[in-house]
Amino acid sequence: MGALPVSDAWRSRGHASSRVALAHRLSGLALALFLPLHFWALGTALDGGNALDATLAWTATPYVKAAEWGLVVMLALHLSLGLRVLALEFLPWHAGQRGLAVAAMAATTLCGLAYAITLIGLA
Amino acid sequence: MSLAGLENSGGAAANTDRLGAWLWVAQRGSAGVLALCVLIHLATIQYASQGGLSAAEVLARTRGHAGLLAFYGLFTLAVAVHVPIGLRTVAAEWLHWRGRSIDVSILLLALALLAGGWRAAWALYR
Amino acid sequence: MDELDVTVWRGGAQGKLELFRVPRHEHQTVLDVVTHIQRHLDPTLAYRFACRVGMCGSCAMTVDGVARWTCRTRVDKVVRNNALELRPLANLPVIRDLACDMREFFDKWARARGQFVGTATRADDFARVRPDSNERRAADASLDCIGCGVCYASCDVVTARPDYLGPAALQRAWTLVNDLRDGDSANRLAAVAGDPGCHACHTHMSCTERCPKALAPTAAIAGLKRRVAGALLRGELA
Repeated sequence: MGALPVSDAWRSRGHASSRVALAHRLSGLALALFLPLHFWALGTALDGGNALDATLAWTATPYVKAAEWGLVVMLALHLSLGLRVLALEFLPWHAGQRGLAVAAMAATTLCGLAYAITLIGLA
Repeated sequence: MSLAGLENSGGAAANTDRLGAWLWVAQRGSAGVLALCVLIHLATIQYASQGGLSAAEVLARTRGHAGLLAFYGLFTLAVAVHVPIGLRTVAAEWLHWRGRSIDVSILLLALALLAGGWRAAWALYR
Repeated sequence: MDELDVTVWRGGAQGKLELFRVPRHEHQTVLDVVTHIQRHLDPTLAYRFACRVGMCGSCAMTVDGVARWTCRTRVDKVVRNNALELRPLANLPVIRDLACDMREFFDKWARARGQFVGTATRADDFARVRPDSNERRAADASLDCIGCGVCYASCDVVTARPDYLGPAALQRAWTLVNDLRDGDSANRLAAVAGDPGCHACHTHMSCTERCPKALAPTAAIAGLKRRVAGALLRGELA
């Protein structure tokens, strides 16, 4: 095939759309990995409120709180970049595509900030 | 270029495997549903997390709330459609894993997510 | 006088990078650099060009990891640390050095049914096509493709799934799907709806970013996705 070395094949194609596409994919993978854990944790409520409390207490450590914040950011990222893809595929085409990527990142940042403030208020 | 040339170059009849097309429709459809659900969910979690999160508070809101049960039920369904299809694409492109084995695997994953999510929704409701 | 350090791929699928020192000139293009190497330094270097003026697309190759037309790429614009790296177009088999085998690119064009199929005879009147109709505007926006392969070489999905039809073939199919005179739309939609057809595109937009003619294959493929999905849901897809 073409002679690009492996490192070049992994390198983003050097433009914004390619980078956000990678961010979209990685955030999706992170969420896919997290979801079973999320369902399981909530499912402990089946054993009564105390069991759920025990689970929630476990999540009160700083590491877990940081991970939770990370997940909220992943969710906001995946959602806003996903909306961007939907806009590109379904809305009339125009030249302002880069703007969508920027808007998505801005929305994600706001969301991350908001949740961080909430979490810090609890710590 | 004659039509004879069309048949000879590039292969015979069109690929009639429509799974990719259907999955695209399902993926975009579930994405739309999820967009709404996630926005609501993010806002809810943000609001509920203020002042701490305890089982009593969570369950006080969710126990017996049929509307929430329906919401989480729909949320789970959309997730069970969206996540496996996304993972199938990643498997095809990054692991070069295509064919029956991946399709069966993601179907099992979809069922597992459905079961897990509905169980969790039920756990909060009853 | 300044000299450029130019590393060039030599060989086929197996090969190595070879370093050449090329005199640097003002307003020099990368094609000038390649031509200098072949004329003065190593006559065995294989590369393609034709018009030299940005009309034919023959000189497309990979310059520092990015697919470009070398005749339209100023050295001043891309050089870093006085060095350049030249390789053949990605995603295509290498014949030798900087020349790649374009057959698969055009085979996919045919597989996407990228040829016009007429329905009128000489007895019929001229077709009346309104230039401001949505279909004609959609076709016109994608019409100027000259098949240079830069989009195909830039596409991550082609790299990951070598049977993907690719942006150029799909964009051509889109222009024909929007051509009211064409009679093959049903087959054409079926051709691009297979696995992996237009739905394999995830709007990375490398094609649109890199197209030297500023076309937007992403937009064309999005149109195909919608059209195929509509036909699928209505049960009209072959």
